[in-house]
Amino acid sequence: MSKLFFKGIVATFVGAIMTISAHNVFANDTIKIGVPGAHSGELASYGLPTLNAVNLVVDDINAKGGIDGKQVEVIAFDEGCKAEIATNAATKLISDGVVGIIGHTCSNAGKAVISLYNDANTIVVSPTITAPEMTLSGKNPVFFRTVANDLETSIAGAKFVLDKLQAKRIAILHDNSEYGKGYAVKAIEYFKENGKDVEVVLFEAITPGAADYSSVIRKVIRADADVLMWGGYYPEASKLLSNMYSLELAIPFVGPDGLKDKGFIELAGADAEGVYASGPTDTSANPISKEYAEKHLKKYGTTPGAFFDNAISATIALLNAIDKADSTDPKKIMDALRSNDVETAVGTIRFDEKGDAIGVGMSIYQITNGEYVEMK
Amino acid sequence: MDWQYFLEILFSGFTRGSIYALIALGYTMVYGIIELINFAHGEIYMIGAFTAFIVAGILGTMGFPVSAILIIAALVAVLWCVAYGYTLEKVAYKPLRGQSRLAPLISAIGMSIFLQNYVQLAQTAEFLRFPIRMPRIEFLSVFGGILRSSDFVILVTSAVIMTALSLFIRYTKLGKAMRATAQNRKMAMLLGIDADKIISLTFIIGSGLAALGGTLIATHTMQVGFGIGFMAGMKAFTAAVLGGIGSIPGAMLGGLVLGIAESLTTGYFSGDYEDVLAFALLALILIFRPSGILGKAKVQKV
Amino acid sequence: MFLTPKRIFRSVLISIWFMVLVFPIMGIRIVRRVPEYYLDRVLAVGVVIFFLSLLWAWYFEVYKERGETKGIFSKIGTTCSEFSQKITNEESIQRKIVLVTLLFFVAFPLFSSMYQTTIFSLAFLYVMLALGLNIVVGIAGQLVLGYAAFYAIGAYSYALINQFFGLGFWICLPIAGIITIFAGLLLAFPVLRLRGDYLAIVTLGFGEIVRLLLINWSSFTRGSQGISNIPRPGFFGIELSPAETTMYIYYLCLLAAILTIIIVARLKNSRIGLALQALREDEIAGEAMGIDLRKTKLAAFALGSCWAGFAGVLFAARNSYINPTSFTFMDSAMILSMVVLGGMGSIVGVTLAALVLAIMPEYLRAFSEYRMLIFGLLMVAMMIFRPQGIIPPAKRKYYPTALENAEKK
Repeated sequence: MSKLFFKGIVATFVGAIMTISAHNVFANDTIKIGVPGAHSGELASYGLPTLNAVNLVVDDINAKGGIDGKQVEVIAFDEGCKAEIATNAATKLISDGVVGIIGHTCSNAGKAVISLYNDANTIVVSPTITAPEMTLSGKNPVFFRTVANDLETSIAGAKFVLDKLQAKRIAILHDNSEYGKGYAVKAIEYFKENGKDVEVVLFEAITPGAADYSSVIRKVIRADADVLMWGGYYPEASKLLSNMYSLELAIPFVGPDGLKDKGFIELAGADAEGVYASGPTDTSANPISKEYAEKHLKKYGTTPGAFFDNAISATIALLNAIDKADSTDPKKIMDALRSNDVETAVGTIRFDEKGDAIGVGMSIYQITNGEYVEMK
Repeated sequence: MDWQYFLEILFSGFTRGSIYALIALGYTMVYGIIELINFAHGEIYMIGAFTAFIVAGILGTMGFPVSAILIIAALVAVLWCVAYGYTLEKVAYKPLRGQSRLAPLISAIGMSIFLQNYVQLAQTAEFLRFPIRMPRIEFLSVFGGILRSSDFVILVTSAVIMTALSLFIRYTKLGKAMRATAQNRKMAMLLGIDADKIISLTFIIGSGLAALGGTLIATHTMQVGFGIGFMAGMKAFTAAVLGGIGSIPGAMLGGLVLGIAESLTTGYFSGDYEDVLAFALLALILIFRPSGILGKAKVQKV
Repeated sequence: MFLTPKRIFRSVLISIWFMVLVFPIMGIRIVRRVPEYYLDRVLAVGVVIFFLSLLWAWYFEVYKERGETKGIFSKIGTTCSEFSQKITNEESIQRKIVLVTLLFFVAFPLFSSMYQTTIFSLAFLYVMLALGLNIVVGIAGQLVLGYAAFYAIGAYSYALINQFFGLGFWICLPIAGIITIFAGLLLAFPVLRLRGDYLAIVTLGFGEIVRLLLINWSSFTRGSQGISNIPRPGFFGIELSPAETTMYIYYLCLLAAILTIIIVARLKNSRIGLALQALREDEIAGEAMGIDLRKTKLAAFALGSCWAGFAGVLFAARNSYINPTSFTFMDSAMILSMVVLGGMGSIVGVTLAALVLAIMPEYLRAFSEYRMLIFGLLMVAMMIFRPQGIIPPAKRKYYPTALENAEKK
């Protein structure tokens, strides 16, 4: 009995070794692109559009014969925006030998893994990571993004509140998430610097997932605010708006780019009317954006989701840089990203020294009759 | 002191608290009878909200009046959740009777994970808009905006249900049997009470109340999602413990206390610490009065 | 004859019941306000449930009647138990198995990819956590539902001390250990009087409070932004390449896990370990035997939280970034299920369960959508069919072998 057990264990281990080491021996004849992000769970609506976008662009490139004769291969990894799984994702993609990464959906995952990419010299072009310090710190030479950082989003929103809405008493709520709080704090800083007679009458976090926000809305009413700014995602925004409706509070509601999403209009319904949200300057007239929206409809049967244009642009920019560099040497690709203008779904862009895209504008949209209308 | 504002905040707390209480009743009744923390109870609440959403969605396309849709949706949700609760007990807890205390607890955590993912896969991971809003009730305007129509409906419904439940437990034969089983299951069985039936009944009533809570909250927040059960369950559970787990009036009181305390924290202090307060309150009560506000201290027999 | 018409009829009824049950959730979806019907899914559920209910009936009505000692289920069960008995009793097998396992894990990074190495380093951390919780739950019998809080305190201790005072990994490791011990005692003092479920609830509350404080006290902990650029442990001042760092961290985690296994195993049979087990069985009888309840319980909490602290420091060093989302109630529940599924109190079982549960999600990526669904079901099924865990702890026997043989006759 005991010998049998012993042999059994040895056999299992040998088997395990063989299966594990088996997939290290692939030949490197394709250009691999990693797409890590939230592909399931509650943040999937922010992560899946990126994966779809990459697949669409790569299909096109491959149909045209690939880059310098090499086909492009997409490796997806669902990390659900958890930092410790993202580390697994990063090491897997690095050891798979990817040339570049399109992704990491969430800023926290991005921050957890960026040092790995820095060490391994793997280029990351993110369509969704908005945390300002990722580029502004200047410590991440491999990081690029096609989305505006929270600083820009927040300043665009705050500027709009001051200049266009002429607000004097501003209430700011946030959800204590990195994204939401970042937006709220940057807005306050802007008001302090630029608004002389403006007062922030309320600055507070709400608890995401609570059943009722009427107490905090009553607080906003008591503070006599004339604008409510919201830093956070759209499910909570919709609940706040519903409470505003039932308490008959009708003041402008201004939110970050998380609210510029078709899902928000569907969820908040009539309550969403009149809401302002920041977003990249209207690209619906952009031919590339139009083309891929149609392709998405054809392949997946729906209109594309959040940050889809940014993801299209990130993929085009990265593949274009690989093409221009004529090699998979990260140094050359990074130079190409920084020095070449490229036509993308968010306009003609190039990347600055720190990795932010030059040429992506920020606008404010208002929801009118269930559509986003750009405020000029 | 601004009384109008105080009353507004107080009633916000009442609304929140009544929902906590409705869900907490399920926890407390189950605990009273089989000493199990039914972690899957929050998911029953979520399934209730989802069922109501689906029914309202279908009826909405047929052009029923709003109040009729609301009532039918709530009834169907209650009916189905009762079935879910009954099945849950039969599948996940009954085979474990007689095991150590931890086994049903782990089974409950497993069931909670399962039900959440089941709804996510069968329906969607996105939040969905509840199609019907509570109509505005005109005569409430007398109160000067202190009470909204959804607050009013939630308060009245929970008050009616809780009174009915108290009367049921106090005066009916089944209620007496439930109390007897809670006090001493073996003794009750010797007296001819079918303990299995009573346990099923407990799950049925608890699930029905949770479904009602789910429907009410869905019409109030106007959204449903697969993940709403977890937080609501945690809060309701806190409420149940606060009032004294196992005690039915305790659950009602605990729910209201928790709701009002949270609301006052947000109203007068800051929303940042709403949840910290809830859990700190729980820890303090348990440390200084482990049996909760209304619970009876158990004497450990040797 | 098992398949009697009555049984089949009953299974049909059950499957109809389930089809009705799942009808609204699985059969109808409202897409953009238009109902869509999916009756095929409901029918599929019906068919599956029909066979499952037959299997269920077979297990409970036929198989269980036959007695526990025959049949495949209990055979697997008894082999597992025998196996664990053997491991604990026969030194030679024990040595061989330990040697092979050790060799395998030591050699592992040399032949596997960086990805595999990273996964396993995380799995070793879970081994540490599960064994630490095993001291409190399995050995001492105190149900703790907020274990992730100690894990968080450990991780944040390292990150914050490093940020504010610039101290390195090796100095922070013991400091963080001490801090978490204090946190453990801080929790333990007030809850000494509580037992069973009340204790579980307070610890659950404690876990949530710690997480919420980490989020809200942002001037100190940086809130949900998290702390990034946490340095990895130094290796005698030598700069390591990324692959070497991964390997180095892997070996650190492996070493930590091995140390935990050895220490917890020694602890279990030490004076204090035996006192803890006595209290688990019966507090009052234990006290009557002269065990100091206060001291022993405090020791259990201190020891348990200390391991979580160490694991937290390693976690922070491994990820180089931490934020509060890694320390939720679900994480506590996950660690607890490792302990319970492995067999409470059993070192081998808990270690195995921790490895399996930590690695399984990574290899279940093929069914990524269904993995949590399967995981939840497995937990329930495990409790129904094998509540004592994969490898239940071997009971120590105190009577001599001769007497045992005599008894067998």
